Amino acid sequence: MTWEMVMGLEVHLQLATRSKIFSGAANRFGAEPNVQACAVDLGMPGMLPVLNEQAVRFAVMFGLGIDARIGKRSIFDRKNYFYPDLPKGYQVSQFFEPIVCEGTFEVPMPDGDLFSIRITRAHLEEDAGKSVHDRFPNQTGVDLNRAGTPLLEIVTEPDFRTAEQAVAYLKALHSLVTYLGISDGNMAEGSMRCDINLSLRPAGSEAYGTRTEIKNVNSFRFVEKAIAVEAKRQQELLEDGLSILQETRLYDAERNETRSMRSKEVANDYRYFPEPDLLPIVLDDAYIAAVSADLPELPGAKRQRFIEQYQLSNYDAAQLVSSLAMADYFEATVTACGEAKATANWMLGDLAAALNRENLSLEDAPIGPLDLAGLVARVADGTLSSKLGKQVFEGLWLREGSADEIIAQRGLKQVSDAGALESLIATVISNNPDQVAQYRAADEVKQKKLIGFFVGQIMKASKGQANPQLVNELLARALAGD
Amino acid sequence: MPDINLATATAAEVLGALNNRDISSVELTQAYLSRVDALNGHLNAVITVDHEGALTAAKDADDARHRGEGGILNGVPLLHKDIFCTSGLRTTCASRMLENFTPPYDATVVSKLKAAGAVTLGKTNMDEFAMGSSNETSYFGPAHNPWDLSCVPGGSSGGSAAAVAAGLAPLSTGTDTGGSIRQPASLCGITGLKPTYGRVSRFGIIAFASSLDQAGPMTRTVEDAALMLNAMCGLDPHDSTSADMPVPNFHDALRGDLKGLRIGLPKQYFSELLDVRVANRIQDALKELEAEGATLVDVDLPHTQEGIATYYVIAPAEASANLARYDGVRFGHRCDDPTDLMDLYARSRSEGFGSEVQRRILVGTYALSAGFYDAYFKKAQQVRRIISNDFKQAFDQCDLIAGPSAPGVAFSVGAKSHDPIAMYMEDVYTLSVNLAGLPGLSLPAGLINGLPIGLQLIGRAFDEATLLQAGHRFQLRTDHHRLAPPFGEIS
Repeated sequence: MTWEMVMGLEVHLQLATRSKIFSGAANRFGAEPNVQACAVDLGMPGMLPVLNEQAVRFAVMFGLGIDARIGKRSIFDRKNYFYPDLPKGYQVSQFFEPIVCEGTFEVPMPDGDLFSIRITRAHLEEDAGKSVHDRFPNQTGVDLNRAGTPLLEIVTEPDFRTAEQAVAYLKALHSLVTYLGISDGNMAEGSMRCDINLSLRPAGSEAYGTRTEIKNVNSFRFVEKAIAVEAKRQQELLEDGLSILQETRLYDAERNETRSMRSKEVANDYRYFPEPDLLPIVLDDAYIAAVSADLPELPGAKRQRFIEQYQLSNYDAAQLVSSLAMADYFEATVTACGEAKATANWMLGDLAAALNRENLSLEDAPIGPLDLAGLVARVADGTLSSKLGKQVFEGLWLREGSADEIIAQRGLKQVSDAGALESLIATVISNNPDQVAQYRAADEVKQKKLIGFFVGQIMKASKGQANPQLVNELLARALAGD
Repeated sequence: MPDINLATATAAEVLGALNNRDISSVELTQAYLSRVDALNGHLNAVITVDHEGALTAAKDADDARHRGEGGILNGVPLLHKDIFCTSGLRTTCASRMLENFTPPYDATVVSKLKAAGAVTLGKTNMDEFAMGSSNETSYFGPAHNPWDLSCVPGGSSGGSAAAVAAGLAPLSTGTDTGGSIRQPASLCGITGLKPTYGRVSRFGIIAFASSLDQAGPMTRTVEDAALMLNAMCGLDPHDSTSADMPVPNFHDALRGDLKGLRIGLPKQYFSELLDVRVANRIQDALKELEAEGATLVDVDLPHTQEGIATYYVIAPAEASANLARYDGVRFGHRCDDPTDLMDLYARSRSEGFGSEVQRRILVGTYALSAGFYDAYFKKAQQVRRIISNDFKQAFDQCDLIAGPSAPGVAFSVGAKSHDPIAMYMEDVYTLSVNLAGLPGLSLPAGLINGLPIGLQLIGRAFDEATLLQAGHRFQLRTDHHRLAPPFGEIS
């Protein structure tokens, strides 16, 4: 039987507000344990929450970014459960009336095509602290720095059918929230955490199968692997005639497997009820309009604009807008050199490969937009062949100077002087009589293959600087015996 | 000591003596501390006495007065209910759970009263986590009623009421979630005001039921309550539910007679449930208000009885969450040698909480649990709105509502402690006022067999001024509030 995979995703996004969602404590990653938790975060007796306006604004920005309906009156609720890193014994969340209601999100797939995902809702809540199990033998430490960090929990409809779609969604989400500036979206540091609800059903069936929830998968690659192993596990069970238990599972990246969390944690009755310490969030149209007016250009709009303004392919445009840094780099380069397609090729080709090789981000690249523009311009005006261009790129990467300086220092100027090339060609022809005879005896198809030998010799003799197009032309004429 | 009888002294009188330089705050504070030391063994009204802190604060108040500075209560000694967090001073909430808890912060009420110059003598006894109507659920044992030491002072602010009645301090703070200021004020013969929900900040008050809790003054006179309310109240950026409403000068508002004031009498407050002797005292009190120019009208509060059930769903539900933080992990009582996490939770909480607190946590947890939420919590929220509307409609016909504060006088220690329902009935006249978020004032209205009873006045939201004005006029015509318990004269 063929099986169809059905998935919905829940993403917990840490919002990059200056302070926590309900207290004035700083909201930063990586401090010493328990130094960024104030009495409110610690759930000390008598402490009360005060809502951070910036968190509300960020949630509304997100909602507008996915064309969602904004909840004009949303409320906070208490989600009750005991855990050592949950200081109050309840998490303040939004259950009954979320701030962001249904929306849709256009996700570019790797080939550049768009794929539409329905967002069910997104709500504000506070993060819990962290239990530290590996620092004290036989004991658990609690670090409450994270307690009270604002989270936006983004829930989708079960619209995903492949792991590729899920990863594309997460990448698009990452790009959206970084464009908005509401989160750094860093999965490794836990700023963006993903839970995957996954079930299988016989292909063609309408009914959903029993799902499992895979918790806290912390990289795009692990998302892909976790989906693959969990789908495989479910398929094997189903094919053995066994049923799937609805449960929460953890993905273990080291062993590449999912395993069941204790059922006790799954069976929690959270006893949600409205948080009496906070007033409802009431947003009027003027507020929403003001937030909307301040929104930056978002990835979808930018992608469309790149396609139209720069005549880029869907694929190139999608790649270039995937991060704001890349899109800005692209536009700065094009503004300087006027060559959109060539810039895209350099960025998505040599530059991406070099960054990848050295494990650098674009912000840390030794080549800035103006450097690249200098190179692109020299290839465009024929000063450099694409082959020489690669050498200049190498020089730029090593910070040897601007493209023009490198061309001068390395002596890389392309030779397009017909007279100089003709004498080179004459020398090569007279030095290789056998090959010349062979060429002249061959038919047209064979000649096309044999000419490569002569081109190679000439390029070698010119130290790669001969204009290959011109060489081809002149050589063909010379060999024809004109 | 100059002409101050601590057993009956009001804050206004004490302020007069301080301002005339008849006495210093240090002398006054020392005198009250001595009285606490001498009498508290009988009353058990105070859990923690802060001799050193009080004398330091008194010295500061005297210095300020010499410089011509100081707030409206400068140098006046006061006791805080042990539910208000006091920086550096143990705050127990009368629970074993917080027996050794010293907060690093002051409640807003505490810091405001400090800023007004009040001198904190210590912390008063109460029902554990403010859950009770007799002060008997305190981990530190019951406080006793100074009018009859074998009787309870009421609760939950029983220690505060007993302390003011016995003259251990002219002022004390209380909190009122379902009658916890007004019922003990009634049983101890003092004046107690529960302000409108949102009038006084809840920041730093150990939460029982967040949507109902409200702090207020417990005093001998309405005049003192007006002074103290001004010092306590106002918008607090640390409490999102505190109200951004204008704060009148309540002391100025005491002036003027009651001509044209319409006082509503809900028939539900004068039913057969009410002790006939109490009913008679209330009728006497109403005659005094009429004599001041008020007119009496009948009003209807048809869901008074449902108030109890509603309250006993909402308050425990909120409490079940508010008390979840006492888990033995970060602060408060932790059991010895827990075998695992569940054991740590179960034993720390079983040992740290008394039986009434445990009962309410269980009731509240049940009311919120899957499958019961709609039938209990949601229904209670709906009834709460209906009760609130009942009051709104009643206030179309009147300006104040009057009735008893409690169904009877103080009862013997132990008389109701094994009958939770009988105990819950103590609050039948008060807790619907909390559900509606309205201000309520209990005024001494005479004695029955030597034990006080209270008249309750209920006002419109944020109209404490009218409430206090009526109460003050009543006290100008009567001397119930001047009666001191026989106990108070000992020393």
